[in-house]
Amino acid sequence: MSAPVITAKSLDLTFETNDGPVHALRDVSLDIGKGEFVSFIGPSGCGKTTFLRCIAGLEQPTGGAISVNGMTPDEARKARAYGYVFQAAGLYPWRTIGGNIRLPLEIMGFSRADQTERVNRVLELVDLAGFEKKYPWQLSGGMQQRASIARALAFDADILLMDEPFGALDEIVRDHLNEQLLELWARTEKTIGFVTHSIPEAVYLSTKIVVMSPRPGRITDVIDSPLPRERPLDIRDTPEFIEIAHRVRDGLRAGHLDD
Amino acid sequence: MKGKGLPVLTVVFVIIALWYAAVVPMNVKEVLTQAERAGAEIVPPSAADRRDASRWALILANVDNLGESWAMDRARLPAPHQVVRELWVSTWGEEVNGRRGIVQSGSFSNRSLVYHAGITLSATVLGFAIGSVAGVLLAIGIVYSRVMDRSVMPWAIISQTIPIVALAPMIIVVLYSVGLSGVVAKAVISAYLSFFPVVVGMVKGFRSPEAMQLDLMQTYSASKSQSFWKLRLPASVPYLFASLKIGIAASLVGAIVGELPVQRGGLGARMLGGSYYGQTEQIWAALFVAALMAAALVWLIGWLERRTLTAMGVPQ
Repeated sequence: MSAPVITAKSLDLTFETNDGPVHALRDVSLDIGKGEFVSFIGPSGCGKTTFLRCIAGLEQPTGGAISVNGMTPDEARKARAYGYVFQAAGLYPWRTIGGNIRLPLEIMGFSRADQTERVNRVLELVDLAGFEKKYPWQLSGGMQQRASIARALAFDADILLMDEPFGALDEIVRDHLNEQLLELWARTEKTIGFVTHSIPEAVYLSTKIVVMSPRPGRITDVIDSPLPRERPLDIRDTPEFIEIAHRVRDGLRAGHLDD
Repeated sequence: MKGKGLPVLTVVFVIIALWYAAVVPMNVKEVLTQAERAGAEIVPPSAADRRDASRWALILANVDNLGESWAMDRARLPAPHQVVRELWVSTWGEEVNGRRGIVQSGSFSNRSLVYHAGITLSATVLGFAIGSVAGVLLAIGIVYSRVMDRSVMPWAIISQTIPIVALAPMIIVVLYSVGLSGVVAKAVISAYLSFFPVVVGMVKGFRSPEAMQLDLMQTYSASKSQSFWKLRLPASVPYLFASLKIGIAASLVGAIVGELPVQRGGLGARMLGGSYYGQTEQIWAALFVAALMAAALVWLIGWLERRTLTAMGVPQ
């Protein structure tokens, strides 16, 4: 593994609520290397989304240290280190698909010609060429989510952070998008942080699976996947795949024992 | 519009029928007095006796002498066709055939409703523009500043609890003493009424983007003004038009109320003048012009809304 692009050391995050403090993250330490595909899996409240938001600088940890590309998350964000994909596509209904992908480019001040070139390139990348002039409501949920991935890719960040991007989609669409995402990852060599609550999805996609558990949110297991980078969908029937899935399930169960 | 025509026509027909029926009891005493002077036998025979009698009893006792109910001059309640005639006379009749009308004199007659509607319209539009701009600016302040959020909103609400009829003359007097009068003074009253729905609607509109969409802007390190122009403003457009529709109607009310104490023309002045001289047809005609004007203005904003939303890609 090359030098880590994301490093978290004993990260703590406590939310003050009316019912007292909530430990969203406690003592979370993790290194993510360049080009890795890291999944965060765990039940709700385990802090997987919170951890992703800490990497993005959307939440401020209350303890510990985190660095992205050797910078603080805020600096990394200003240096356009990452693109973020949310659970909902969140496309602006008043902008066309092309206009939505153009949005970050406009904000970051890319030239007009550069914007057009990039929009075409990322649309191609997510298999949406020809849909530039369509409005979001004219696309299916899966296509909308692909457009939102294109939007996150448009400004060439090295890191892609994805928060349950396919959580709201049906199984078949999800399989298809997972396959496409792996293809995209292979072509672009991005580092991907991926939050999910689906064991097969995590095992299928990841080079590293981070199992988390709640109250307080913490890491209970980190699994380096022995699966090859090239993964056809039927790899999910191989014994290796099933073995990793078992280990993930055991890790999730262990986290629940203290309930 | 297809399919709407029949229900609308039915309601209009029912209202007109009720109106014609209501004319009889409303005007019965004056009608009988007039008939008596013309030589008819009325029961009871003196106006003094009839003053305290029940309208219904008078109607039943003098069924044969109610024929003039729908043709009274200065009736308490003029019949619909009388109001329509007044509308026609004081618009087309006055402007096209009248000595002072636009056809003969080149300028609108100050006795025509066209002239007075124009005065009211100018104050309405000016006040609406001031009120809408002020409302949007206040909403921006409220959304972006905690201090304004806490301080402005309560005052805005209190401002709307004061009866405008009580406040309008004072606003006119105060503005006159600082050199503002005429259309501007009335526009201030219009603006006073129309800014409020715009503030309330736009605060909601600017806050309508979800947390996720604001987070997304943050991941782009977008500045506050970029988030405003690219997210909050476009997201607020549907709220803007809903507010503007209420605002323009409120603005028209404000302009009319502002014309009551001034008496320099306008539909408000026309209504008050009509009530001074018992010219009920004139009041009703002015009322109808005001109502038609409000409907036209709201329709105009609705049309702008459809155009804008279509341009923004919203499926119609």
